[in-house]
Amino acid sequence: MTSTQDAGLHRPTLIIGLALFALAMITFHDAWNMKIRASYGMGADAASYFVAGFLGLLAIGHLIAAFRPQPEADAADWAGVIWVSLGLAGLTLSVWLGGGFILGSTLLFVLTARAFGRKAILTDLLIGLALGLGIFLLFNKLLTLALPAGPLERLF
Amino acid sequence: MDSILYLLGGFATALEPMNLTFAAIGVMLGTAVGVLPGIGPALTVALLLPITFKLDPGGSLIMFAGIYYGGMYGGSTTAILLNTPGESASVVTALEGNQMAKRGRGGPALATAAIGSFVAALIATAGLAFFAPILVKLAVKFGPWDYFGLMLIAFITVSATFGSSPLRGLTSLGIGLWLGLVGIDQLTGQTRLAFGVPNLMDGIEVTTLAVGLFALGEALFVVSRHAFSDDAPMAIKGSIWMSREDWSRSWRPWLRGTAVGFPIGALPAGGAEIPTFLSYTMERKLAKRPEEFGHGAIEGVAGPEAANNASAAGTLVPLLTLGLPTSATAAVMLAGFQQYNLQPGPLLFVQHPALVWGLVASLFIANVMLLVLNLPMVGLWVKLLKIPLPWLYGGILVFASMGTIAANPSVVELLMLVGFGFLGFVMRRYDYPVAPAVVGLILGPMADSQLRRALQMSLGDPMILLQHPGSATMIGIAVLALIAPFLFKGLSRFRQDED
Repeated sequence: MTSTQDAGLHRPTLIIGLALFALAMITFHDAWNMKIRASYGMGADAASYFVAGFLGLLAIGHLIAAFRPQPEADAADWAGVIWVSLGLAGLTLSVWLGGGFILGSTLLFVLTARAFGRKAILTDLLIGLALGLGIFLLFNKLLTLALPAGPLERLF
Repeated sequence: MDSILYLLGGFATALEPMNLTFAAIGVMLGTAVGVLPGIGPALTVALLLPITFKLDPGGSLIMFAGIYYGGMYGGSTTAILLNTPGESASVVTALEGNQMAKRGRGGPALATAAIGSFVAALIATAGLAFFAPILVKLAVKFGPWDYFGLMLIAFITVSATFGSSPLRGLTSLGIGLWLGLVGIDQLTGQTRLAFGVPNLMDGIEVTTLAVGLFALGEALFVVSRHAFSDDAPMAIKGSIWMSREDWSRSWRPWLRGTAVGFPIGALPAGGAEIPTFLSYTMERKLAKRPEEFGHGAIEGVAGPEAANNASAAGTLVPLLTLGLPTSATAAVMLAGFQQYNLQPGPLLFVQHPALVWGLVASLFIANVMLLVLNLPMVGLWVKLLKIPLPWLYGGILVFASMGTIAANPSVVELLMLVGFGFLGFVMRRYDYPVAPAVVGLILGPMADSQLRRALQMSLGDPMILLQHPGSATMIGIAVLALIAPFLFKGLSRFRQDED
């Protein structure tokens, strides 16, 4: 956030403004379709209309701001972001498809480590496995919280 | 003087062996996680929340207190040795502290930070014990309209003071308010914005949002910047003990920092950044050798660190007495209370006095433990800084997502967490503060129901808000606070980062 763009359209601000506008429309539409009315005072829809209006104002603010000089975001290493995203997707899919917590968290650990530039995948795999197993045993056995179970978890 | 009696009762609770153990575990965990770079107290508490799920409320709130103060303490260690403040409240500490460390005076810097935090927290917690009952007496007379006015102030000040522009702060607040709409409305049973997804009917969990925005968002942001940075922790050279001169230069800044930190922390605009910056400026003006500032002046560590901890205790005043979170950490603490169906506010003092005063007493105990356990063990904590970043962030992400699915084992919850993570990344990348979103999610539904309760009592007449002097004043203040930053651009000096 160091350099400032001099002139022209600031695209991220514009996109955020449009997203806020879309959010406002969805909220408005949702409030419009509410069936339950309060007998007196405010109903549940009033807050929705208020937030929709607020988001709408913010959207206008962003559209105006997009034409003014805005701080430029720093350079980003997108490969790293993608690796972490893959890790998060790995965990989600593992829980979704019944692969269990240990498998999912191992994937997340390995791929995050990869995102930060680690190449020793086997070592990381073992560390991630140990970490996932440790957390699973601590939580499911000691604190009796139910983490999603897959084939690995059923061994215990 | 009831409060002294209650406090003594609180100490009796807090000194039970089991509760002492909880406090010790909390302090250790809090310090360990807080030392890790990029993790401030808010995230520390959010990450460790699931561990306390199955404990009894008293014990786990005591553990919380330890985690909270431990996280603050750990944050200053990172700021001094690594020049990467884990929380923005230690940004100022890093200014002089890291310079001291570079000059081989890391030990005394850590010591003055620790002892200063201890002194400040002790005084400020005493202030909390003294002022809380007074505020509770006032707060029981509050009507729904007063609460609504108070929440308006909190909304505006939190979003106007955090972040680089009011538009960004208010946008973050707007997102929080929008998320707060999701779910079944408690008064009418009307569903809002759930789109037929059963998991959304109960609304959005505060911890899911906080962990997503703070932990996942931060990890994504750090990895996006990782290739462009290089940090190495300083080794602590020389004695860790403070010399006689260090002591004589430190004690006044400690007291001044406390005097600045506690009242500001207790205000709805709260936060720890304004007091730390104020304290730093003040010490710089008052210092006998101002030329040392920028090159490792011990006053510049002692004052802000004291202010930081005093404001943390100050934040607990509105949180405990009014149920009003004024910082990200307080918001996460509130979520901690809510997981036991405890609603902080005046009624908490009436219904669960043992619990509240046990918590206050354990704040004292947590601070003593921090001082006794942590100062000699600082070498051990520093070792944590040597964990390679790939493993560190791998571990953080595993732990963060584990906490969410342990609390609420469903894929939808996990998807929401990941979604909030990317939201947090985008917000951080484009300089939007994330704390107002969390505060909006918590306070939005509360403000909604207070306003509707007020309007039901007035049979729908909105003038009720202006007829009561309390709420009229507070709404006036909120409107002023909203307009002021647009009118006076000079106020931007006071804008703060979030913790």
